[in-house]
Amino acid sequence: MSGTSTYQPKNPVAKWFEARLPILGFAHSSFVAYPTPRNLNYWWNFGAILTFMLVAQIVTGIILAMHYTPNADLAMNSVESIMRDVNYGWLLRYLHSNGASLFFFAVYVHILRGMYYGSYKEPREVLWILGLIIFLLMIMTAFMGYVLPWGQMSFWGATVITNLFTAIPLVGNSITTWLWGGFSVDNPTLNRFFSLHYLLPFMIAGVVGLHIWALHIPGNGNPTGVDVKSSQDTVPFHPYYTIKDVFGLSVFLILFAWLVFYVPNYLGEPDNYIAANPLQTPAHIVPEWYLLPFYAILRAIPNKLIGVIALFSAIAVVAFVPWLDTSRVRSATFRPIYRQFFWIFVAVGLGLGYLGSQPPEGGYVIAARILTVYYFAHFLIVLPLVGLLERPKPLPSSITEAVLARNAAKA
Amino acid sequence: MISMKLVAALFAAAFSFAVAPAFADEGGALPSYPLKKPELEKWSFAGPFGKFDTAQLQRGYQIYKEVCSNCHSIKYMTFRNLGQEGGPHFTPDQVVSLAAGYQVSDGPNDAGDMFQRPGKPSDHFPAPFPNVEAAAAANGGAAPPDLSLMAKARGVERGLFWAIVDFFTQYQEGGPDYIHSLLTGFQDPPAGVTIPDGTYYNPYFMNAASLHMPPPLKDDIVTYTDGTPQTVDQYARDVAAFLMWTAEPHLVERKRMGFEVIVFLVVFAGLMFLTKRKVWEKVAH
Repeated sequence: MSGTSTYQPKNPVAKWFEARLPILGFAHSSFVAYPTPRNLNYWWNFGAILTFMLVAQIVTGIILAMHYTPNADLAMNSVESIMRDVNYGWLLRYLHSNGASLFFFAVYVHILRGMYYGSYKEPREVLWILGLIIFLLMIMTAFMGYVLPWGQMSFWGATVITNLFTAIPLVGNSITTWLWGGFSVDNPTLNRFFSLHYLLPFMIAGVVGLHIWALHIPGNGNPTGVDVKSSQDTVPFHPYYTIKDVFGLSVFLILFAWLVFYVPNYLGEPDNYIAANPLQTPAHIVPEWYLLPFYAILRAIPNKLIGVIALFSAIAVVAFVPWLDTSRVRSATFRPIYRQFFWIFVAVGLGLGYLGSQPPEGGYVIAARILTVYYFAHFLIVLPLVGLLERPKPLPSSITEAVLARNAAKA
Repeated sequence: MISMKLVAALFAAAFSFAVAPAFADEGGALPSYPLKKPELEKWSFAGPFGKFDTAQLQRGYQIYKEVCSNCHSIKYMTFRNLGQEGGPHFTPDQVVSLAAGYQVSDGPNDAGDMFQRPGKPSDHFPAPFPNVEAAAAANGGAAPPDLSLMAKARGVERGLFWAIVDFFTQYQEGGPDYIHSLLTGFQDPPAGVTIPDGTYYNPYFMNAASLHMPPPLKDDIVTYTDGTPQTVDQYARDVAAFLMWTAEPHLVERKRMGFEVIVFLVVFAGLMFLTKRKVWEKVAH
């Protein structure tokens, strides 16, 4: 995409092809010669990890779809036949269900890395917003996927979330009926969720293409937040970052394997092994862990419509971070005050996640309200004010200088 | 800097102030179910090298057949599953004769009628009742649930601390622990506690203080041929293990493959780390 396209194929067939469609040169300049800052730390591994997870989810998902039946009476039977009779079906399904969790784990690390190092700042605003669109698509895909086994939590989760749309004034009920394809969550809902669950990952893949394109125009950020000033500051993507990404991914896969092979139901809800029963509401309806912070925000607010608005705003507000953050310095490494607020924000997110898993009563609701207010305050008050009031530490004059200074300090 | 610490302190104080009542609620007037958490048992299939105990699964199947199957189905299971290696591992002949001991409905035949015939290994276990309504009608309004997935469909919350520990200790036996505790936990209600008619007091039951199922097990109601003690505790343990197998028949294969995969990944990651170090050797970073 950007960078030096000096690729000259030697093979005559490649030469012939390259003259007609220069895709080899394109791949070479994007993923081989692509100049990458030399000082990226392991937090920068998660882009490659996420790409791998997307591909893994699509591959396991397509095979699962060959054996799955999207019908309210047959869905759970087909899932159980995958678990019992399909060759390695249990492996495919556990890879896919735990893969969704690890996909979200990686995306949260990736987003927080962006927040810590100011990756959203000029000129990477579009890159940031595309990332947020991917995150939104991921939430929709994961939610619809969770409905497919048609267990109790599938059914009641779908009921709770689709009911949110009834909060829209005037047309809410009509929209909800339209979404359901009937007057409650039922077979038509399952059918369309299956169809959309199959469609959305390919939309994600498309936006990921744009996300990488938008990344390769300005190039990677880096832990110092200082722009690349000369070719001395960069190394070619291959072999330096290909090997580093493969190593990081291998470590990540150990965690993945631990979940899939040893504790495959650790992150799931036991209730989802009970077939959906519209006449019996489970005691606690909870979404998967990765949506719990947003669920806590939704339930913290007593008014349904405002709760729904807060839920969507909690995600939408992140899109405005490039303009809410007033600091001229990118990296939190040189922002002593912001750095502390960053970790408070992480703690608040974890706290909201915990509260989302608890029943909405008593002290839990009060705590969720306080944390919800803080969540929004972080974006709307802390980011603008800290940027204006904080005195950043002096920045290194270049990436290379920062690297050499650090190595000298270590030696 | 000082103002930052102040903000953090105020924030922590506000949070603990708000959360404190939540914990106080736990000892409040409304009881939370189950009244007692399941007792933690030792299971042969726990841990990274867990395996089913074939003899125990065979005994568990005997309990299911002679006791549970009067009311509960295991609809996802077929007779051929009983011959699974690493599972109950009955011999092929035993599976054929076990299957033949059941009558299953088949058809329609040439005359258009459904008919009964002896079971074949490929058949699913027949259910004791033709439908949920019949099951409910015969059992005081509460249909006995299917047991195929029971060992994965029940789990008592263990709180945040244990939830974190469980990830590392690989505790995945909440289901069988629950089943064992429930089956051994029937008792007379304590003085002053009244329970609805037609229900039986059991402090381990997840949803209430009592349930519709009468205590199903008594000492010596099933005759073991291998000298295993014929106690309620042993029966409960064996049938809980059997139900873990019906819920997760590929558990042993899964854990064995997991060990191989993780050993491979650790070695592979180590090699990749060394390669990475070599590649980066001459570049300060």
